[in-house]
Parts: sequence; C-alpha cells; structure tokens
Amino acid sequence: MSTAQRHPIPADARESWAPILELSAREVFSLMLGAELGTISEPQAEQGLNITSMVGLAGSLCGLLSFRCSSKSAVLMASKMLGMDPGSVGDEMLDAAGEVCNMVAGNFKNKISGMGDGCQLSVPTVITGEDYSLRALTNERTIDVRLIFEGCPLVFSINLHN
Amino acid sequence: MENIRVLIVDDSSVMRKIVERSLRQANLGIEQILEAGNGAEALGVLNHEKVDLILCDINMPVMDGLEFVKQLPTVENAKGVPVVMITTEGSESHVVQALSAGARGYIRKPFTPDLVNSRILSVLEGKQ
Repeated sequence: MSTAQRHPIPADARESWAPILELSAREVFSLMLGAELGTISEPQAEQGLNITSMVGLAGSLCGLLSFRCSSKSAVLMASKMLGMDPGSVGDEMLDAAGEVCNMVAGNFKNKISGMGDGCQLSVPTVITGEDYSLRALTNERTIDVRLIFEGCPLVFSINLHN
Repeated sequence: MENIRVLIVDDSSVMRKIVERSLRQANLGIEQILEAGNGAEALGVLNHEKVDLILCDINMPVMDGLEFVKQLPTVENAKGVPVVMITTEGSESHVVQALSAGARGYIRKPFTPDLVNSRILSVLEGKQ
C-alpha cells in the first residue's frame, strides 16, 4: 500500500457519499446474489447483527469500510452466491460476508472520481459476535447506510480518517 | 472448444466457487477446474499442470496477481496461456498495469455470469 499517493478529498464532497455507498451495495447484491435490497422505512432493531466484515482503505481515502449482518443473512448470502442449499452452508457464510464487504468497498471507490488509482483496499477481515466495541483510528464522522436483505437489516459503514 | 482446463487464482474460496459456478453453467467445454489461493501457489500448480486459461485476482497475500502474471513466462507450462484478471480493482491504471504485465482480459467485480462467460469466450477464441 505504499505506492498510493495521498490527494485529500474535500470534506464537502463526502456529504454525497452515502448514496454512492448505497448504490454500491445494491449493485453487488443485484449482480452477485440476484437479490434486490430493500429500504428501511422505519428504525429497526439492530440486535443479532453478529457478523462484521471489514476492509481497510489506504491512500487518498483512509479509513475502514465495515458491513454488519446476522448469521441468517450471511447464510442466505452464501446460499445465493454459491447456489447452495441454505441448510448446507457452513463457514462459507463468513467468506461470503467478507467478499461482499470487499466488493462493496471496491465498487464504492471505483464510483468516486479520482479514487480508483489512489485508494487501495486491504484483504477483508471477518469477526463474529456482538459483544465488542470497534475503535478505528479515524477522526471524521461515520457514514452509515442501512438496507434490508430478505427481511433482515444490513448496515454498511465507512469510518474516515481526515 | 472442448476439454478446456482452467486455473482459478483467488484468495477467497467463495469467489473461486462463484467463478467456478459461472464456468460450469456456461457451455464452454470445461473439462477441469484447478484452484490456487495466491500467485505463488498458482506457479506451483503450473509447474506440474497444463491449463488453457487462467482467471486471476489482483489483491492477494503472498504474491499478488500482477506479480504472478509477470512471472508466468518463467514457467514452461504457462507459456502462451491467456490470463484474465477478475478483481475489485477497477481503475484505469490497474487495467493498464494488468494488460501491460501480460493479462489478456479484465473483469471487474461485481460481475454477471454472462459477462464472465463472454469475456472468457472471446479470450479463448482469440487463442485458437
């Protein structure tokens, strides 16, 4: 990741990134899973989102893109991505969650003008469980996008470093 | 085309399975699909296996896809074998780097199975 040059992006440009993040997620689910994500019309409880996948961003955009979902959602994602019966999905659900996060991160940065060359992605990391706190060394506000997949909430977040 | 042997190089087992599924669903005459988790592993496979096509990710641990493509000419079994990159890295410079290193095609994730199959078909037809 040492080759990326830093070209800081103006803070006001980032205001428009939530819709880009949402579009990036919708495209990944549509193309890779054949699933259309729904919009959350009212606040939903986020208990049970026990799988978190993360991809680091470095270069012109520094921070962390994370994706939280339930085990049930991860099983369904793996099932749709791999054409497997949900009952036979095992550890593939964790790999599927990581790969979804990776593709959303890649799709997101490719949609932002000038970002593709200057921003590099880490390989995805997936953690399980809900009883944790995440502290990314970032100092800007988080961009959150909440969507619905097969009736279950998904949360995509970007923590940015200025 | 028939009896096509393909090597899929990706550190994500899920992505390898997705690509394999796309290949199996298409009528490309696939005989065998081999897998490797990174470039170094793939070079090891190619030391004792011959393939007709290589599908390769860019961001991988140990040896990334660009380095792998650069080292391919050193492997006797891999000479002339077309490589198609399948990756989240979709910037123009990444495409140029991949093609300059020797890749024959480029597919950006997320993709549709139809896109993968049409790119592979055109690369394989170009080889013949």
